[in-house]
Amino acid sequence: MTADSLDQKAPQPRARSLKGRSHFRLAFARLRRKKLGMAAMTVLSLIYLAGIFAPVLETHGYSDTNLLKTQEGPDTENFLGTDRLGRDTYTRLIWGIQTTVIVTVATLLTGALLLGLTLGLIAGYMRGAVDSVIARVGEVVSAFPDILLIILLAATVRPRVLNWARSVEDGTGISGLVSSGFVDFVVIGIALLPLSWFGTMRLVRGQVLQLRNADYVEAARAMGMSTPRILFRHVLPNVISPLIVTVSFGMGAVAGTEIALSFFGLGVQPPRPSLGIMIAEATGRGSTATSVLTQHPEQLLAPIAVVWLLIFSWNILGDALTDVFNPRSR
Amino acid sequence: MLAYMVRRLMWTPVLLLIVSIIVFVLGTYGPGDPVEVRLGQNYTPQAAERLREQLGLNDSPAVQWGRYVWDAIRGDFGDSYVFQGRSVGEILGPRLWVSAQLNIAAFTITLIFGVPLGFYAAKRQGTWRDPAVVLTSLALFALPVFIIAPFLIWLFALQLDWVPVSGWGGFFDKRIILPAATIGVPGIAVFTRLMRASTLDVLGQEYIRTARSKGLSEMVVNYRHIARNALIPIMTILGFTFAGLFAGSLITELIYGIPGVGRISLDSIFARDFPVITALVLIGATMLVFANLLIDFAYTIVDPRIRLQ
Repeated sequence: MTADSLDQKAPQPRARSLKGRSHFRLAFARLRRKKLGMAAMTVLSLIYLAGIFAPVLETHGYSDTNLLKTQEGPDTENFLGTDRLGRDTYTRLIWGIQTTVIVTVATLLTGALLLGLTLGLIAGYMRGAVDSVIARVGEVVSAFPDILLIILLAATVRPRVLNWARSVEDGTGISGLVSSGFVDFVVIGIALLPLSWFGTMRLVRGQVLQLRNADYVEAARAMGMSTPRILFRHVLPNVISPLIVTVSFGMGAVAGTEIALSFFGLGVQPPRPSLGIMIAEATGRGSTATSVLTQHPEQLLAPIAVVWLLIFSWNILGDALTDVFNPRSR
Repeated sequence: MLAYMVRRLMWTPVLLLIVSIIVFVLGTYGPGDPVEVRLGQNYTPQAAERLREQLGLNDSPAVQWGRYVWDAIRGDFGDSYVFQGRSVGEILGPRLWVSAQLNIAAFTITLIFGVPLGFYAAKRQGTWRDPAVVLTSLALFALPVFIIAPFLIWLFALQLDWVPVSGWGGFFDKRIILPAATIGVPGIAVFTRLMRASTLDVLGQEYIRTARSKGLSEMVVNYRHIARNALIPIMTILGFTFAGLFAGSLITELIYGIPGVGRISLDSIFARDFPVITALVLIGATMLVFANLLIDFAYTIVDPRIRLQ
């Protein structure tokens, strides 16, 4: 296998011109040649930008109702028509995207990066008892059926976080903690944590276990480098490539789960829109999905097109990144 | 090897006990008072106190947990708060069976399409067919149940009138086709991709070249040398997927009106019927843990090259 991979890594004619560039610039240069990967990245950028700039792009207020104009098709005033309360579907769509953007980014930062990466580095480098404890905790968490645990957590944690937020509001005079939807994001974040950190942790740990015996790490240790410095200067950069790939695949799953949670009424709470809530409202929580599809398809198709593009693009990007970072699969 | 198996077997009950503690804590400290849920309109402080005593809710949490686990081992998960006088086992038993049938059907669809497609894509690497297969399966994978289900109903039930819109009639009833497809089709991508990767891996091995140079027919090489080796990694994900399918059919069961665990798990969460939901999570976790255990052991039997430490 070593001979094989060495063979694969042998410089190709093109690589010569890229000599002297860093690993990530090389990877990006390779990614730029992947048409599908780039297309997926463009779509993702557009969706995320739409979500971030929702307050600028909106044409109405997301909870403004117009009872004189309900369940209507697209026209110049409402680009995507109105829902049964006369709210603008387009405005609700981009605010719904914002919800997904916040949740995916927050889960990425807390679950995948903070918890997963740190614990993985620690477990892999320290080994022994620390490693066992982290691995066992991970095993326990992964023993739960994902969606059930997430729903259970969301349902049981919400009232506690809500009480806590209210008492903070009363105690400090900060207002809007509850009404801004901050509580909802905390709840979703907590509920999604078990889904997000374990995979990253296991991946990072495996990589570190392989790397910690590499010659250059040993050399660094022999030179008297401190453990954190070895971890961050020498081990971490080598862990990042596979991490980016898994995270890219994971983001699609996180987005999907957030949408499912909102669909069940356990995600963000109305009036704040979310793609899941829009689907749930359009279809009567699934039970009248077929009649919506035949009568007001835009109400169902608009949020679903976004959901589909989001999950599809993250997966395509993940595939492209696997090819880019993993020389063996090319 | 034996030591590893013994260690795994001894760790399993510990793992399940820890899982049960977490589930129990979530259930006990979750919102809603079981006594209030039970009494409803008839709530008075005296009646509540009497019921609390009767249900053993005044004991310490540790005692309550111990009692719960002891009963659960014997298959008694307590009584539902909402469906008065009915045990959790009585409520969940038939529903679990329905969901299991549905998921076995779905899983069959996933495997029958996913594995050959992955094999096909790998064999056609370098042609347009490979990316086409991968892209199509990914596109289906990203489609949420919310759209697959209504679309399938609209096309096959309303337009073509091949199957009824919804309902349940068991494994051999044609009404199982649409929901099973709804659950099974997105999963195809997972197996296609995995099978493709592992086939590609095997294709590059020396022993494939050896087999060909021995003059074996392409068919023998394909099936005996490539497919059999490529299938090994599939087994790992098989356990996970199967245990996950059981919980993954929530939305599908809702849309098709199937009397499985999907509906009851949602209802019990919203009705604060914690005995039902804790039992569900516990059963799900047990299945997952044992599936993994089985897969691990099956692995070493199928592929003697693997030696677990």
